[in-house]
Amino acid sequence: MASSGADHAVWLRGIEKQFPGVIACAGADLRVRPGTIHALLGENGAGKTTMVNVLAGVYRPDGGEVWVNGQQRFFHSPADAIAAGVGMVYQEFRLVPNLTVAENIVLGSAPGLLRTNEIEERVAELSAAYGMAADPTRPVWQLSMGERQRVEILKSLWRNASVLVMDEPTAVLTPGEAAELGATLRAMAEEGRSVIYISHKLDQVVAFCDEATVLRQGKTAATVDNLQDVDLTSLAEMMVGTSGGGYVDRPPPRDRGPEVLSLQNISALNDRGLPALADINMTVHSGEIVGIVGVSGNGQKELAEVITGLRRPAQGRVAVNGQDVTRASPGDRYGLGLAYVPEDRLGVGLAPKMSVVDNSVVRSYKSQRRGLLLVMDRCVKFCQTLVERFGVRVGRLNDPIAGLSGGNLQRLLLGRELAEQPAVLVAAQPTRGLDVQGVAAIQSHLVEQRANGVGVLLISEDLDELQALSDVLLVMYEGRVVGEYPPDVTPRTILGSAMAGNPPT
Amino acid sequence: MSEAALVGLFVATVQFGTLVFLAALGELIAERAGVLNLGVEGMMAMGAVSGFMVGLETGSPWAAFFAAAAVGALVGGLHALVSVVMGADQVVSGLALTIGGLGLAAYVGRNVVGERPETLFTDLGIAGLADIRWFGDIFFNQPPVVYLAVLLGLAVWFVLARTRLGLALRAVGESAPTTDAVGHSVMALRSAAVMVGGAFAGAAGSFLSLYMAPGWTEGMVAGRGWIAVALVIFGAWRPGRLALGALLFGFTLALQPRLQTFDIEILGLDVSSISPALLGILPFVLTVVVLVIISWRHRHRPSVAPAALGLPYRREER
Repeated sequence: MASSGADHAVWLRGIEKQFPGVIACAGADLRVRPGTIHALLGENGAGKTTMVNVLAGVYRPDGGEVWVNGQQRFFHSPADAIAAGVGMVYQEFRLVPNLTVAENIVLGSAPGLLRTNEIEERVAELSAAYGMAADPTRPVWQLSMGERQRVEILKSLWRNASVLVMDEPTAVLTPGEAAELGATLRAMAEEGRSVIYISHKLDQVVAFCDEATVLRQGKTAATVDNLQDVDLTSLAEMMVGTSGGGYVDRPPPRDRGPEVLSLQNISALNDRGLPALADINMTVHSGEIVGIVGVSGNGQKELAEVITGLRRPAQGRVAVNGQDVTRASPGDRYGLGLAYVPEDRLGVGLAPKMSVVDNSVVRSYKSQRRGLLLVMDRCVKFCQTLVERFGVRVGRLNDPIAGLSGGNLQRLLLGRELAEQPAVLVAAQPTRGLDVQGVAAIQSHLVEQRANGVGVLLISEDLDELQALSDVLLVMYEGRVVGEYPPDVTPRTILGSAMAGNPPT
Repeated sequence: MSEAALVGLFVATVQFGTLVFLAALGELIAERAGVLNLGVEGMMAMGAVSGFMVGLETGSPWAAFFAAAAVGALVGGLHALVSVVMGADQVVSGLALTIGGLGLAAYVGRNVVGERPETLFTDLGIAGLADIRWFGDIFFNQPPVVYLAVLLGLAVWFVLARTRLGLALRAVGESAPTTDAVGHSVMALRSAAVMVGGAFAGAAGSFLSLYMAPGWTEGMVAGRGWIAVALVIFGAWRPGRLALGALLFGFTLALQPRLQTFDIEILGLDVSSISPALLGILPFVLTVVVLVIISWRHRHRPSVAPAALGLPYRREER
């Protein structure tokens, strides 16, 4: 082991960091050689994001040392980290939508007087030099997610960063864009820069990266010096500690019941007024799980919103339980048996600052009210029933719900939505970001609902989950359903090319 | 209506316009940096009383003007401390500033009510231009603060649009985490913006007590601070539109006391019978109308208002 950080681009040594009630890092190490692409792996909550935020000067570590390019550093702010050559591309981009590409790139390192034309020219030169197309004059809100990521990378290159940190970079990209990103990162590594690459997509990690560090529960669990020497399965095992955990058993096929949800010729616009859904036709029957496959941003969010009444379709018809609900309010649809677990669970699904009790009764207070008054005893009792039945771990029921972990939030939300025995459940990314136990719990509830005759529309980015749970898979690409596949006999390669817009015929 | 009365109306329009423009320009700076300051009314009162008292003491209107700006900056600093540094609710802090500022101004000025300073701002009378019929009096024979306000408006536009500082200010008003991550200090930018904004409001207040209504009486700001807050929205957070809106709002303010002396009929309606109180709400009605129009036009785009307006920022929150 090296005795100093001199020969490393980055050396994070024995990093410790606590947040109220959470130990994020408990003495984790990370060493990155210059000119390499280094994967930082681990489950949600393993401490990856905390580690890179320490490196980026966002968090100050409670203990441990930070070395960059052979020098020990004490970052007091992101500015210090930038000055030391650390560039960070966050998962949720740190771009200002109302500013132009050029303004975003020079923000923080602009000259005192802005000569807009000159800056735009230099940004165009930089983007041409690295083969990353980006029109410097356009406001960022008009850009796709892939373009925004390019702007983020250009921002770091503009500052001549020697270390680039990428947090889940391909989550928002199409497979083609992801391949381009891989090439860009390789070009940067060949110039002697280092890249720290955080991802859950192990196949991409193996394809893009040279070496890896695996974190588990805030500690370094394993390091891999050459990723060519290991296979995907052993990488996955390093991350979770055991292999094959997480997924519930595949439910046996069953006869499907009557139609409970149908969409006919649905088209809709997104928030920006651009077409998001085009001519969607689909049906969900009682007792089946229909899985929606696709890279996020291909209309899944708008689809869920049109079904639940949060977005008005431009044309087409939505029916729940045989009744036309195209113009019905979300409340009316709920009354007809439509339940919804939204992608944004803390925001759309639950109100962060309201208590656990208030959040559990806010959907429908039929049984908890007397006339115009809410009967608090009944509310608390109802909440307790949900907590027990769905195994939610909570502190006090009157504390704000934002204090719950992701898995417990989702258990409560799902419990609330299932409380009145719905006919249809729309679940958007129900297991995203949960730990293994949480995923297993949510998935077994979905399967149980299917057995009870509920029709489930499952929108997910996790192909394993979709293939394990669904009775039929629909692939969405650019707002259309481009293919329908049986889940168990369809090879990944076929699903993959359908997700990229080229369904094999 | 006589020619003199008409010229007088427009002279007053420019002056009232200057009054609300100065205060609104300060509020625009703070809001573009993401800090809502509802304390403008209180800051103007503090500026009015402190400017007037320094004027009494020194006899120099400029010393008074800058003293008022300094007091405004100080009061702004208080808002910055509470809402930017300590992250308290900006609406609550701003309202407290208005209520507290009005009260404190009344207390501080209780012994100077009814006095008159020896020297006030005098009209500038730009040589050669001031004698032009009508336009001379309206545009070229105004007190120096009017021309200073024009220069300040241009300066604010230039700084926001064409400098590193302006880019940072606009960015911190749109997204504090982003601006923090590129190495600008969110706290310094926002605090500075609020303090400069306070200085503008304080200076505006002294223009009131040193020129427009020389003297100090409790309640003399009379809601012009709220008009300034509305004007920022009316101007869609842009200095140019702010200037146009200031003239329009200034016109309604100038018209209000004169309305009943006007012997004009428009479409059979006797203008002098219109209640000045109704005219007084016109700026707010116009603001709401403009707000509705711009929200509708931007329904598929990011809002015109700075996206982080009113949101406090703390770094290590997760």
